[in-house]
Amino acid sequence: MDYYNLLTTCAFIHLLVSIPYAYSNYVENKAGQFFSSGHTNNWAVLVCTSRFWFNYRHVANTLSVYRSVKRLGIPDSHIVLMLADDMACNYRNPKPATVFSHKNMELNVYGDDVEVDYRGYEVTVENFLRVLTGRLPPSTPRSKRLLSDDRSNILIYLTGHGGNGFLKFQDSEEISNMELADAFEQMWQKRRYNELLFIIDTCQGASMYERFYSPNLMALASSQVGEDSLSHQPDLAIGVHLMDKYTFYLLEFLEEVHPASQANMNDLFKVCPQSQCVSTPGHRTDLFQRNPGSVLITDFFGSVRKVEITKDTINLTSSLKPLIQRSGSGDMQIESLTYVDQLPVAEIIHQNAIQGLSYSIMTEGTPVNF
Amino acid sequence: MAALQLEKQRGRYAALAIAAVVIVVGIPLWWKTTETYRAWLPFSEISELDSLQLQLSVDIEVVFSRGTLTPEQQKKFPLSHVNEKEHQLHHKTEFSCGSVVVYVIPESSTLLPEDVKVYVGQRRTALLRSPPFKTSWNLKEVLSNLDVEVEQVVSTMSFGHQDIVAALSNRVRMTKVTKESMADSMRAIKSSPGYEITFSLLNPDPKSHSLHWDIEGAVQSYIQPLLNKLAPIANFSVDSQILYYAVLGVNPRFDNSVSAYTLSADSLSHVINPVEARLGSNAASSNPVLNFLLYVPDAHHSPLFIRDHSKRKVPSNAFHSPRWGGIMVYNVNEMYGPEAERPVDININMAKVMGVFLAQLRLMLGVQHTHPPTGFVLQSPGSAGLADWELDRLLWSRSVENIATASTTITSLAQLLDQIGNIVINDNIAQQVSSAVTSLQSAVAELEAGNLAFALQYSREAILASERAFFDPSLLHLLYFPDDQKFAIYIPLFLPMCVPIVLSLLKIVSEAKKRRADKQAKSD
Repeated sequence: MDYYNLLTTCAFIHLLVSIPYAYSNYVENKAGQFFSSGHTNNWAVLVCTSRFWFNYRHVANTLSVYRSVKRLGIPDSHIVLMLADDMACNYRNPKPATVFSHKNMELNVYGDDVEVDYRGYEVTVENFLRVLTGRLPPSTPRSKRLLSDDRSNILIYLTGHGGNGFLKFQDSEEISNMELADAFEQMWQKRRYNELLFIIDTCQGASMYERFYSPNLMALASSQVGEDSLSHQPDLAIGVHLMDKYTFYLLEFLEEVHPASQANMNDLFKVCPQSQCVSTPGHRTDLFQRNPGSVLITDFFGSVRKVEITKDTINLTSSLKPLIQRSGSGDMQIESLTYVDQLPVAEIIHQNAIQGLSYSIMTEGTPVNF
Repeated sequence: MAALQLEKQRGRYAALAIAAVVIVVGIPLWWKTTETYRAWLPFSEISELDSLQLQLSVDIEVVFSRGTLTPEQQKKFPLSHVNEKEHQLHHKTEFSCGSVVVYVIPESSTLLPEDVKVYVGQRRTALLRSPPFKTSWNLKEVLSNLDVEVEQVVSTMSFGHQDIVAALSNRVRMTKVTKESMADSMRAIKSSPGYEITFSLLNPDPKSHSLHWDIEGAVQSYIQPLLNKLAPIANFSVDSQILYYAVLGVNPRFDNSVSAYTLSADSLSHVINPVEARLGSNAASSNPVLNFLLYVPDAHHSPLFIRDHSKRKVPSNAFHSPRWGGIMVYNVNEMYGPEAERPVDININMAKVMGVFLAQLRLMLGVQHTHPPTGFVLQSPGSAGLADWELDRLLWSRSVENIATASTTITSLAQLLDQIGNIVINDNIAQQVSSAVTSLQSAVAELEAGNLAFALQYSREAILASERAFFDPSLLHLLYFPDDQKFAIYIPLFLPMCVPIVLSLLKIVSEAKKRRADKQAKSD
């Protein structure tokens, strides 16, 4: 009996000792994982390329990805959202200021916090390539630029109408897969990304990533070459199809992801199998360095910051310089500010009096008093 | 019959003439008018840049103080090396940027404590206790004995192998990466012509606390000296803001043992994102922004402490995120009692706050933690927050990084322009490229000569010119036409015109052949 007690106490002590050790190991691993992905910030470029009311679903696609990305932490300053048409305020929208993704108006993806950077006719192939390569005119504001560096993970999402090797923009121009591959190569040359995830939801979407040749690219498409991507469900009240199948199931998958989740890319590849999507989603990972199973969803869709505790501080002993010294040479005359007279009555009267005077001098008539 | 022959002859001449005009005039004209304007670029020099050979040299002056060498050794030294100067150690002596002066003191000297071998001063000088050496040695042996120590001093004060490799990591991906060096390279912000520094005060509870911070004074007194010292590297612009009702995205937990609220280290990474949505930034510039946030917890969640991974209290109560900035939590609950009238006027102690922010700013800008070897003592940085030799370290790594980045940009631009024949190269781009190439060559030459200040200046010019050339808006290759599209455009234009010409030429040739065959037959 005593021996049994001794054994259990020994085992218990051993357990107690080994648990903290295992925990510290786990913490070490977590810390190591923080720096294993190699990125410090996240960007997203979300593009909807089609206009007209019946392409409502493409805008809803883009907005639902925008909403997921924002929910998982990427701020608006790091998202470039390009919508080719305004569905929320379209004349044909029976529910203005809303864009729904689920039928029976369950989920409004438009919300009240949407920041569209390129709208309407600004969404062109040229602007899209300019955003990617960074060759924007100097007057472009910060919100319209992709200011990524060599430690940024970028998510690029394209949706619209496409074909074998091209994607249609605005019903009037196309971007070819070669142009896209060249644009990514230029981004790589200038080290504008650390890793890039490219998702495309169009017909024959897999043709768009066939020509990629730059490293650290992972691509997903909603359909293979020769297949069409289909839309999901119409809403009878609104009168159009609300979402595409692939993005609908992608949105459902992303709704379950939260900022601390450990879901990885292999789960993303399984989204929308052929039984649900009718088309066969494809993916391409040969250009990617890491194993997709070790890539977290939040590496691209979220923005988990790496933080370190500040250990050292600097001891500042000198006191603040008093205000008088800081004003520099010469005292600044602080004048009290007033508004400018909107109607400078005094000047008008004065001026007209002079004019009247000169008039009277010239014509020798009676001066006119205003 | 003769008239018919004449007609035929005239027809033949006409066809030949048209063919001649098309070939001689038409084809060159078409070639010229569909050519894209490409200004000349110095491709040969750019390809030379591709195989960049950097040579860095540091000016080291070794001064033997009196009593280090025996008089016999002093006599043995060649005259040119002996400078018997009453060299007093002036504190105000300015040594040129990038140089290192090592004063060697006798082994038995009491200037330095027993176990301290080297004392590194603020201004590029160091005191080195001389290692034991025999009295019979001549100059060469003495210097070679000092080699190891001097090399240690120089690698602490200027650069070591690891620093240069890290600076070149943009161009040469490191194969063997230690976690620490990767963390270091990810923490420091990339070299850029300018930076924006924003100080924000977050007040989630204006009803209880009415906060006053003298940010202008604090920036002038504490931050501006550091930025002035760093002026050769980049332009800095500083602004500040106060945000009301801005909350952290994480709920702190109440810890009974210290009766305070705590934020664990794991939850810190989720704090930044909700706050960042509210921080504005200067829309006019595209410079990277460093944010420094001062968070004063609301009255119900005071005091708030940050715990590190081992659940210990963090003395600075602050954390930072690489390439983004830092956040400090400032507790004010001790400054007033429960009976004080709300809102309470609180003056924030800017010295304490700026001490933390200054340390974080140093880390963000790339002033690495130096891990000197044992026996080294470093003098504290002083009021500017940055010792001269720390600045030198930064300048060395920055100039190397700038040179690497600029050369990569230029070579990739040249490659791109070579590959895609349809891009128009304007004169201004060619000029930027040429100036970038010349600046790069000067920078490399200055590094070799050891003039750090000039090297940095040239490297900055090089990087500015190369970035401007690479990101010029006119370089967009929207002229990508696949070959089948080119055929589709030209065939409807040229085929109807070329078919009659070619057919008539063929007919002329076949007729000429038939006539020659007839003549042969006749002559036979």
